[in-house]
Formats: sequence, C-alpha cells, structure tokens
Amino acid sequence: MQELFPYLLNGVSVGGQYALIAIGYTLVYGILRLINFAHGDVFMVAGLVMVYSTTSMPIYLAIPLVLVATVALGFTIERVAYKPLRTAPRMSVMISAIGVSYLIQNLAFYITGGVPQPVSNPIPWISDNVVLFGASTKRVTLITPFLTIFLVIALVYLINNTKIGMAMRAAAKDFETAQLMGIKINSVISMTFVIGSFLAAVGSMLYFTNYPSVAITSGGMPGLKAFVAAVFGGIGSIPGAVVGAFIIGLCEEIIKGLGYTTFSDAFTFALLIVVLCVKPTGLFGEKVTDKV
Amino acid sequence: MTMKKKKTIFTAVVLAILLAACIVVDMTLPTYHIAVTVIKKATVYALVAVSMNLLNGFTGLFSLGQAGFMLLGAYAYGVLTIPVAKKASVYQYFDGGAIPFSVPEIFAGFLGETVGTVVGMLFCLLIGGLLAALMAYLIGLPVLRLKSDYLAIATLGFAEILRAFFQWNALGPITNGSNLLKSYPTFGKATPYVLLAGLMIAVILLLINSTYGRAFKAIRDDEVAAEAMGINLAKHKRMAFIISSFFAGIGGGMMAMYMGTIAAAPFKSSLTYEILLIVVIGGIGSITGSVLASFLYIFSSEWLLRGLDSGTFLGINAPDIFKNGFRMAVFSVIIMVIVLFFRKGIMGDKELPDLIDPKYRRKKRKEAAGK
Repeated sequence: MQELFPYLLNGVSVGGQYALIAIGYTLVYGILRLINFAHGDVFMVAGLVMVYSTTSMPIYLAIPLVLVATVALGFTIERVAYKPLRTAPRMSVMISAIGVSYLIQNLAFYITGGVPQPVSNPIPWISDNVVLFGASTKRVTLITPFLTIFLVIALVYLINNTKIGMAMRAAAKDFETAQLMGIKINSVISMTFVIGSFLAAVGSMLYFTNYPSVAITSGGMPGLKAFVAAVFGGIGSIPGAVVGAFIIGLCEEIIKGLGYTTFSDAFTFALLIVVLCVKPTGLFGEKVTDKV
Repeated sequence: MTMKKKKTIFTAVVLAILLAACIVVDMTLPTYHIAVTVIKKATVYALVAVSMNLLNGFTGLFSLGQAGFMLLGAYAYGVLTIPVAKKASVYQYFDGGAIPFSVPEIFAGFLGETVGTVVGMLFCLLIGGLLAALMAYLIGLPVLRLKSDYLAIATLGFAEILRAFFQWNALGPITNGSNLLKSYPTFGKATPYVLLAGLMIAVILLLINSTYGRAFKAIRDDEVAAEAMGINLAKHKRMAFIISSFFAGIGGGMMAMYMGTIAAAPFKSSLTYEILLIVVIGGIGSITGSVLASFLYIFSSEWLLRGLDSGTFLGINAPDIFKNGFRMAVFSVIIMVIVLFFRKGIMGDKELPDLIDPKYRRKKRKEAAGK
C-alpha cells in the first residue's frame, strides 16, 4: 500500500485532468452526436500556448491568454468545420473532425518545427514539491481534484439554473424541436464548444505542468482516454464523465504502479470495448431507442 | 460496339498503359529513384485505401482499425521472412528469436533460389492477411454490434491495444519488442508491387460487383430495408469486416516490404486517419477514386511538394516560410477544403469505365446547367 500511495495520488490528479477534457466531449456529443476528434488537439494547443506565453510574459497575463486563445480556437473550429455540415450525414462531420485534428497537428508541427517544447516551471506556485504522508509530489497533484470538482459544480449550476443551460438541455433532448421553440441553435452549439475548450485549457495547464514537454502528438492519448471516460460514464452526462475519468485515471496509475506500464493505454481501450458491449449507455447514460 | 464493350476496352487500354509506364520506369531508373519509391508507396496506400473503402464506403461500417490490421500483416511478414543467418543480429536482445526458420528459405529449398524466395515471400504476405482476417473475426464478434461512431472508436481502440501488445517485451522473441525488425527480403523494383496490388484490387472489385457486394451496398443505404429484403445483417457485416481486414493485412505486409524495417510506431491511428482522408479525397464509394487519390497524395507529398519543406518552391526561395512541416500544413488545408466543399471527392461514386459513359457526362452537364 505504501508503494502504491503515490500512484493513487497521481491517479486522482490525472483523473481530474481527464475529467476536464471529457466534459468537452460529452457536451458536444450530447448536442451534436459528434465525436469531436479535434478536442484532444485543442488540449495540446492549449499546452503549447501555455509554454510560449509563460516564457514571454508575466503569469497574470499568460494564464488568461491561454484560456482566451483556446476558447477562440474551439469556437473557430466549430464555425468553420462543423457548422457548414449541419445537415450532412454524421459520417461527413466525423471525417471533418478527423481532418481538423490532422490540420491542427500539422500546423503545430510547422510552428514548433516538430520539436517537443520543454515545459519549465510555467506556473510557479503549483509546481512546487510537497510531501504528503511520505509521498513526494507536486502541488498541482493536490490542487487538480479540488479545482475539477469546483468547476464541475459551477458547470452543473450553469446548466441547471441559467437560460443558456436550459437551452443546452433542450438542444440535447431534441435538436429540431428546440429550434422550433425559438432557441438559437447555433449560439447554443458555440457555447458548448466555448465551455468545452475553456475546461480543456484549464485541464491542459494542470496536465502539462506535470510533464517535461509538450509534443504535437501529446494531445491524442489524453483526448482518446477522456473520450473513453465520457463513454464509460454515459455519454451526454456530466457527472458520468467526471466519475468515469476519475476511475480511468486511478486504474491507469494502479496498473503503472504494478509494473505493467505498456498496458496502461491498452487497458483504457479494453475497458471501452467491455463497456460498449455490456452496457453501451454507460454508468449514467440515458437509454435511447432507435427509430426506424 | 455496345457501351459495355467500349468500357471494357477503355479500361483495359488505360490499365495496360499504366502497367507499361511502370515497367518502363523500372527498366530505365535505378531502384532508389524517387519515381520508383513513389510508385511503391502509392500502390501500398492504394490497396489499403481500397480495403478501407470496401468497409467504410461500400458497407457503411465506419471502422478506424486499419492501422492495427496493417501492423499484423507487416509483423507476420517480417517475422517469417528474416533469413536464418541474420536472426542473431536482428534479435540481438532476444537470443536470436523464437522462430528458428525462414519461410522463403524453406521454399527456396525445393523450388530453387529465385522462384522459391518469391513464392515464400508471397506466402508470408498471405499468412499476414489471414492473421489479420482471423483477428478481424475475433474483434468483430463484440464490436460489429456497435453503431457508427461507437464502432469507429472501438476499432481505433483495438488497433491501439494491438500496438501495445507488439511492443511488449515478453513477446520479444517473436516481435523483437520495441526494436526494429529488418534484413528481410523485399522487392526492389516497382512492378511487383503494382501487379500484386492490382491483383488484390481486382479481387475486391469482383467482390463488390457480386451478389455479396450488392448486399453490402444495400446495408449501407438502409440497414432496416436491407434486413427486410432478407439480407443477413450480422453475416454480411462480419464478412465485409473480415475481407477488408484481410486486404489491409496484405497491404501491411507490402508496407513492410516497402519500408525495409518494421516497428510498431508508424502504425498509429494517424496512419488510419491518413488513409481515411485519402479515401475521402478519392470519393467514398469509388475504387478508382481511392487508387487515384493514393497516387496523387503520395506523388505530391513525396515528390511534387518536397520544395515546400526545403526552402525553395516554384523558384521562390523563402527558407523562413518553406521550412520543415509546411508541406503537410498546406496539405491538410487542401484536405479540409475537400472535406468541407467537395464532399464527393475526385470521383464521387464513379469508376474508371464510367468516365466515357455518355450517361454520366449528360448528368454532369445537366447538373452544371441546373446551377
């Protein structure tokens, strides 16, 4: 147990970071029925912007810049790549998402020259080392779960108690009827992308503080895992995504702690396949019946 | 002359010209020339793209597992063909590996050196394909019950799991862990690739035009209606998945031949994405389109647009803009434009013989007039 403790600590922290990404997937899927393949890359771009901005300007400017830039990117992607395909078959939108992911990665490769950008103490206070019950860790590991839960509560409040939240719930329930009821569907969809990207940016700053560098491919894996978390928790459900993300983060770190690092990624996908086959609606998902 | 006859002659002439061109390239240029490389790589991509099109375009199953099946084919080919004498140096961390024989050498033993080696190589490609098909059968049992995007993500996941397994140290005596497999026999010339891939694509084409192919298309267009017409959905989906994976496995084996070394790293999901985008550029549901797009894609990325990465393009010298990665950036912008504005791709759902068909031409003119 004593050896596993640091891994458990890490697991909770990674889980929180996955949760912040997973919400972006689950919100978008809930409304558009689209796996936003580009979301992981948005996450990566947030990491890159953080690296660039924290080295060139003071921290109180850098963090807002990361948030604004990521939100703008998410918003633009939706407007340029998904909006024109609103009436197209779902496969086309998914292909467009894959195309966007490919584009972002290639642009990032061009800008960074393909060299992983080193992360050197970007946000001073949170990357200090602390010792907890004999396990040495960075302060960010302890902050992440609390910050995640705080943000999730804020989001749930937003969705349950505000006008835009009500519009989002309506759109997720029935896209066309919501439109007929006078809901401006495009602004609702933009809003989901803005929220998703904002949370991804927060997650990204926390995630990459723990890593030595940001590479152009470092968004892919966390992105896919967060998606698995969203499916595991029941896609479309925010608490589901958060619970799923914490479970996946924990399991992954426990597997690493037991010495099977090669399989920590494989485990996530095995879990996905088992969930899809046994309970496709996930832990908290709603049952959907297909109409002919 | 009937239209059908005309079409056959037209197709035969086009194919013969292409084959002749390839043979000429082989005879006049050395094997390391860029033209030979382009042809080799493009034929491999064409085969895999067509196999993906069979599944995504003709059967309507959105699968993203292609890279995983290619990985199986590539490894099967490499593991079985490494000459016995070279095993010690390839498997230097694993005591010469666990497989004490090499298939091409066994065939060379009773068919003679040249013929035997070639037969052995083809045999190993086939084994790679069969392995991929077997894996597809097993994976298909749970996964094919899923719908559209869930299927995509599950197959993507399977490909990632496979990749993790092949890098696992405990399998090292067979897969060489995370080290390279190399020194296996390959075809140096381009013509064998063209002939092989051509043969495979012809088989896929025959399949698509058979009753099975029509059943696949029916499933794509309307699953419920197809089932009502008496098509066994589970059986046909499974079949399409297995056949597509078989050819992806063979494509993977050919990819191994082309690359000269095998590692698990290139078979990431980005390879699948690349092939999917080729299929989209060519037109989902058109074999000719997939082949054409593969050649265009590889030709421009490996040859035509090289200058975008190395400082000078079209005589303009601007090393600050044309630096490493610019080519792919330009490329992905073009792809996005195609995905967003020319969703039908180059060929739509037309095939090579349809190009001379007045029916299609008239339709096109009408569409143009209608706008």
